[in-house]
Amino acid sequence: MKDVSVRKVKREKLNFWERTYLLPIFQGMSITLKHLMANLIGGATMPIVEYPDKKKVMPKGYRGKHRLTQRDDGSVKCVACMMCATVCPADCIHIEAEEHVDDTIEKVPQTFEIDLLRCVYCGYCVEACPCDAIRMDSGIYTIFATKREDFVINKEQLLQIEPQDPSEARPKQGMPPLPQGSQSSTATPQTYYPGASSSSQ
Amino acid sequence: MNTLMEVAIVLTKVLVFILFPLSLVPLLVWLERKVSALIQDRPGPNRAAIGFIRLGGLVHLFADTFKMLSKEQLIPRNVRMFHYLAAPVIIAAVSLVVLPVVPFADVIQLPGMTISMQALNIDAGLLWYFAMTSLMVYGVVLAGWASNNKYALLGGVRSSAQLISYELPLGLSVVGLIMAFGTVQLNEIVQQQGELIFGFLPRWGIFIQPLAAIVFIICAFAETNRAPFDLAEGESELVAGFHTEYSGMLFGTFFMAEYVAMVVASAMIITLFFGGWQIPFLDTATLVDHAAVLSKGVLAGTALVLGLLALWAFRLFKRHDGHYGDLRDKESLVYAGVLGAGALGALVLLAIAFLLPFPQAWGGPLFAASMQVGAFVTKTMIMCLVFIWVRWTLPRFRYDQLMFLGWKSLLPVALANIFITGIMIYLTGGFNL
Repeated sequence: MKDVSVRKVKREKLNFWERTYLLPIFQGMSITLKHLMANLIGGATMPIVEYPDKKKVMPKGYRGKHRLTQRDDGSVKCVACMMCATVCPADCIHIEAEEHVDDTIEKVPQTFEIDLLRCVYCGYCVEACPCDAIRMDSGIYTIFATKREDFVINKEQLLQIEPQDPSEARPKQGMPPLPQGSQSSTATPQTYYPGASSSSQ
Repeated sequence: MNTLMEVAIVLTKVLVFILFPLSLVPLLVWLERKVSALIQDRPGPNRAAIGFIRLGGLVHLFADTFKMLSKEQLIPRNVRMFHYLAAPVIIAAVSLVVLPVVPFADVIQLPGMTISMQALNIDAGLLWYFAMTSLMVYGVVLAGWASNNKYALLGGVRSSAQLISYELPLGLSVVGLIMAFGTVQLNEIVQQQGELIFGFLPRWGIFIQPLAAIVFIICAFAETNRAPFDLAEGESELVAGFHTEYSGMLFGTFFMAEYVAMVVASAMIITLFFGGWQIPFLDTATLVDHAAVLSKGVLAGTALVLGLLALWAFRLFKRHDGHYGDLRDKESLVYAGVLGAGALGALVLLAIAFLLPFPQAWGGPLFAASMQVGAFVTKTMIMCLVFIWVRWTLPRFRYDQLMFLGWKSLLPVALANIFITGIMIYLTGGFNL
């Protein structure tokens, strides 16, 4: 028993007035009355968001509904590498790949489906994505549908979801510079994707 | 002809005394939701609307009522059907029969007849209240037992244990009051509360029997099964307690009965300890004699209050214009218009009252009675507000704390009160301060 450390918690003794309950009750009631009167007179100062009329701006980094980012030409940025589908702990991402028309890009998703009922909103897919193609910065926290099937959203729906911050609409194009020697012979060696702007790193 | 008149008066009184608490129920539900919201820093119900008129959430009353009435009635298979159905009926019926003994105003002395403002004018008015409120727990116990559900049963058992421990101090606390007033007739008790002690303090029950008032109010809270004594419901432990298995309008009946019981308890507290229909410093004779002047004063006051409210609504409109960007912004303007029209109407009535002679013979007593009814209803509503206020302030008692409070605190205090009152009466010789 020696190595069991016992911490004696001193019990707060109630004094006479507290034991009658009456005085503490009146103290508590005065607090609630203060709130009641303050809100009755100046109702505009309540710390609330009038939800359907106004929506709360979610903090940066809030993991909302997923979206697929686009290239500058509006096509899907995803290269169907299956990283997100592999890392997903809820197994909610389903991707089927197909050949891209451009030879410099290997693959493109033919179908990209997320089952929002299975998703646990962990954000691993965003972390795993090598080319910033999937994001959860839409700020949408109300996921609703009338049918179970409608919760499975496809590539087109994912592409249309806007980010909460409009400046995030087109994330920076391209990838970090590739190691020397493995560059392709195209004119813009710094950018990996066609259509990438010159502002890329 | 005279008997026909009497029958008509009795029927009217019965109807009023049944409809008064029932019509207060939706209002109290609204008040409960709104007050709880404001206490918790949120606006509360404000979405349901007829057109764009929301009345601060009052329209929710209609929505709630229609929802409750049109809901499916789910009755579990293994309930004891007769008792299961009898329980809400017992609660609702018992809570409705208490109010008739409460006097809403003094006896009206019209030329040729006297009208008592109690629907049930019996000598044992106070005992009737005790008898009926203790019957109410049978509904709770029956509901708990007949539901064939362990949570419901636990709720019922808790309720019966609570009744036993709180009925006793409730009854004993009033003994001191009966000793002081020397009667159990509720109207006589109220009439005696119109006198003054030391020349300035109304002789209300709370001033001559403060201990009894505290014990009675606490026990009345426990009797109505409301927070902080709502252990029979105890939704955090017992799902919904005794009405777990009830749905639709059967649940609605319980819900209604709870609020009716609240109105009844408030009315009883007001009658016994806060002067009932008495307006402080204005007894019935004064009201009747000066009815001509006072009625004009009341009309002027009404006009003033309505005018101020109209101004307030208009200011609200000015401050929040463009808040929603649709018709809802104009809502306050409508209220301001209606209130302003009411103020104008009161002013017109005041002008008419100045032009016409006051019919003292029947106008005086009726004015006095209506003022007293107004005072009584206002006091009752304030007490109901206190009930709501307490519910949203205090946490629920733990079960052993409840028992401790009932048996070890309230009972000795109630007994001590009887001794103190007896000694005071012996020393002062009749307790007529």
